Amino acid sequence: MKRVTLFAGHYGSGKTNVAVNYAMHLSDSGLPVVIADLDVVNPYFRTKDSEAELAAHGIPLISSDYAGSNVDFPALPGSLYSLFDDHSSYAVLDIGGDDRGAFALGRYRDMMLAEDNYDMFLVINCFRPLTKTPELCVEIKEEIEEAAGIKFTGIVNNSNLGAETTVADVESSFDYANAVSSLTGLPIVMTTVMEGLEVSGDNIFHIKLQKKIFEEDS
Amino acid sequence: MGEKVLMKGNEAIAEAAIRAGCRHYFGYPITPQTEVAAYMSKRMPKIGGTFLQAESEIAAINMVIGVSSTGKRVMTSSSSPGISLKQEGISYLAGCDLPALVVNVERGGPGLGGIQPSQSDYWQATKAGGHGDYHNLVLAPASVQEMAALTIKGFELADKYGMVAMILADGTMGQMMEPVEIDDIEIKTVDKPWALTGTGMKREHNIVNSLYLKPDLLEIKNFERYEKYAAIERDEVMYEEYLMDDAEYCIVAFGISARVAKNAINAARAEGIKVGMLRPITLWPFPKDALLARADQCKAFISVEMSMGQMIEDVELAIKCKKPVYLCNRVGGMIPSPEEVLAKIKEVGGAN
Repeated sequence: MKRVTLFAGHYGSGKTNVAVNYAMHLSDSGLPVVIADLDVVNPYFRTKDSEAELAAHGIPLISSDYAGSNVDFPALPGSLYSLFDDHSSYAVLDIGGDDRGAFALGRYRDMMLAEDNYDMFLVINCFRPLTKTPELCVEIKEEIEEAAGIKFTGIVNNSNLGAETTVADVESSFDYANAVSSLTGLPIVMTTVMEGLEVSGDNIFHIKLQKKIFEEDS
Repeated sequence: MGEKVLMKGNEAIAEAAIRAGCRHYFGYPITPQTEVAAYMSKRMPKIGGTFLQAESEIAAINMVIGVSSTGKRVMTSSSSPGISLKQEGISYLAGCDLPALVVNVERGGPGLGGIQPSQSDYWQATKAGGHGDYHNLVLAPASVQEMAALTIKGFELADKYGMVAMILADGTMGQMMEPVEIDDIEIKTVDKPWALTGTGMKREHNIVNSLYLKPDLLEIKNFERYEKYAAIERDEVMYEEYLMDDAEYCIVAFGISARVAKNAINAARAEGIKVGMLRPITLWPFPKDALLARADQCKAFISVEMSMGQMIEDVELAIKCKKPVYLCNRVGGMIPSPEEVLAKIKEVGGAN
């Protein structure tokens, strides 16, 4: 496992949710871990929304002062540099959506390449309309790599329909994820499955939905 | 069964508009509705449509007037401060009896306010935000699925009546993600013999205009328009009732507030309080008759709003002030919690 793990992909693919769950997984395994929100695109539903839960797991959060505020500044905090200066902790980075979000990575690229101890995972969801085919995923992958100046090293199949996801939905995404894998030559490092669903397959990673939802219960 | 996809509310609006035959989108980015434009910028070039980021909101709404005059389905979207800028153009659309879809994904105000969600443009949307006597059709979705369905409905109503249909959503509705099915929604279109499509030397030329040189003709035009509005108030009201059969208290709420209120109602019911909800889906026309029909049955009404109390006036008018109407609100980008709504229900129950 590499020291730095970056989650990038199409906006709404579930990067934040996967990153938060992955950081908690590392922490629960007894590893020192820091999570950083590099999202300069999304106004709502950010890593910061999970701040209390992350704190309960002893995970420091590095995030813009403006996240969750009433202004829309695409700002990154200076403390982000500590992730690359201090190699004593594992780092989980939540990157903003699409190529626009990935531009923010450019600032840290040289430090990351110099250390050469990172993985960048492409988060994909076949139920998102703009990445519903493997070809559309490849398009977005290349745009992100171009903007970030860093190549992906693996794929996270995070195909889901939110709280309505069924086992059949997850299973129906296997062919799609395999196609993205063979088109890009990247391995599928994780297939995410919501807590409570039982799916068999390789590299299954159970996650909890972090985002605020407004239940339509009746 | 159509195909289920996971979408943000903003994306659902954009995709539904494309399914409804809209091939012209003009806009200017503003949080929290930017995904409408972002989605259009990706999809329109692939389907032979036009996505144009205008130099301003004012330019965008005037481009909408131009395309609408030719009979094509056209839309623009923005958030509160940007919608204020579009008001002159919206008044011109009303004066020309032109159809268009205008989407307002509201944020906190007044002024630049903030980027967090709000419902404080209710007055602007329902009472004619620009100058002159007119109404917009105002549709208030409360789920991502409704964002799609009401976008399509909005185009149809706009075409049917020759007027602006406005989707009045809030930032949360725009940003939240839920599963959606768009394939199954039927698309209806109408003929537009008035459109500026070229005479082909076969007919008199059409004129689209809001200027009347003679005041008596302008008066006639206004009276005619209000006959149309009366028909809409009679025929196009949409609302949903929730647990109203035996309700002693009635919550009135739309959009995200209605979803929060639903949770509070369930909690109150669990404690034996007979409370229900009337959720307006059309804010104009407002479900006046449906509310009045509940006025004798209920002891009190509670208007749950993310504003300082705007819809509450329409509730009081609708029930002809027969019963007290209380306000339960958060503003400035804050969303009421189910606990706050439940506390209000108990407070009102104690007093009535």
